[in-house]
Amino acid sequence: MQTTTSQTIGPYWHLIEDRSWSDLTRFGATGEVITIEGTISDGAGAPAADACVEIWQTSPTACDEFPGFGRAATNEAGVFSFKTIMPGPVRGPGNTLQAPHLAVTILARGLMFHLATRLYFDKEPANENDPVLSLIEDKARRNTLMARQTKAGVWHLDIHLQGDAETVFFEI
Amino acid sequence: MNEIRAPFRAYAPGTQPDNDSPQYRSTGLRHPTRPLLKIPQTITELTGPQFSPAHFPPTDNIAVNGTHEAVGERIIVEGFIRDEDGRPVANTMVEIWQANAAGRYNHPRDTHDAPLDPDFRGSGRVFTDSDGAYRFITIKPGSYPWSNHANAWRPNHIHFSLFGAGYATRLITQMYFPGDPLLELDPIFLATADAQARNRLIAKFDLDVGKQDYALGYRFDMYLRGRNATPMEDNHADHH
Repeated sequence: MQTTTSQTIGPYWHLIEDRSWSDLTRFGATGEVITIEGTISDGAGAPAADACVEIWQTSPTACDEFPGFGRAATNEAGVFSFKTIMPGPVRGPGNTLQAPHLAVTILARGLMFHLATRLYFDKEPANENDPVLSLIEDKARRNTLMARQTKAGVWHLDIHLQGDAETVFFEI
Repeated sequence: MNEIRAPFRAYAPGTQPDNDSPQYRSTGLRHPTRPLLKIPQTITELTGPQFSPAHFPPTDNIAVNGTHEAVGERIIVEGFIRDEDGRPVANTMVEIWQANAAGRYNHPRDTHDAPLDPDFRGSGRVFTDSDGAYRFITIKPGSYPWSNHANAWRPNHIHFSLFGAGYATRLITQMYFPGDPLLELDPIFLATADAQARNRLIAKFDLDVGKQDYALGYRFDMYLRGRNATPMEDNHADHH
């Protein structure tokens, strides 16, 4: 049987929202605690105020203390925020090493199928040889995945669903 | 060979909706305009979150609030979650949410002039057993109007959220009810080109799923991506 068809998450998905899920350290994880914050905007530059943002990271390895997964809602200004542990590099295809990154999924009203992208960390030397970033031929567009440090421990990424700065989204 | 590293299969053509679905108005400013970039499935995509009932307690009967029964037609929904090869997806979390019997979500942004039910929050969470089976008790959701086009009404539906074995198997979908005349008018249901694929979103009425003198039943099976036979080339390169 073929994979079940996707449908939009719609505007009322907050019925399953648990705000504690945006804090991946809540079960007692230790490590370099960081804040990931960002915005989501649509093709008119308006904030996507009803989106569900999910992150998944394989470093540090998920365990009882660290779920590796988080979910957050965007607010009226399209802003989302997570507290997590800074990931390290993980293995990639062949003998490659992937730069530290988070997988990011965006689900929202108006999206029939969730969008997949990644968040990388600006100025991380390993970005240069990352096997996924390297697939983005237009180097300027690699910046659409690059979170920038705004202060100690805080990283910011603006996600654009459309427009000149449209984020690179993946087919997985 | 470690089967867990075999990549997930591509979706069958036409069986998934296009984000650029103009009949569904909200897609207009939200769908990507550039082609998606195909990336290899790495450890990030091949693995995914695992939820334990200890951290995420199940709530399998959402038709009751303490000792207060919610208003509406009580129903039991059950089914299997399997991969494309028919293998059970065991111990996976299933999240659901829906409108109440009057067609109103218990949500601040739902402004539809239909009554809220203080005994119906409209969300729940269950886990599949070792056979991939899930089951929950709820209230049949009502239809409600939305602003997509003139006199637009959503067919009765229950939202489902599934994770499966990997980040790449994430599925958000909606379960519909048989015989609903609104289905053929609904741009969300119709956004999927393959009619057989979208018709699989319609649950099967099944008296045996229900319970005498208690509730009617519906069966809704879901399928997550299966794995390719060929493992990834870096299968052996486990540095951890």
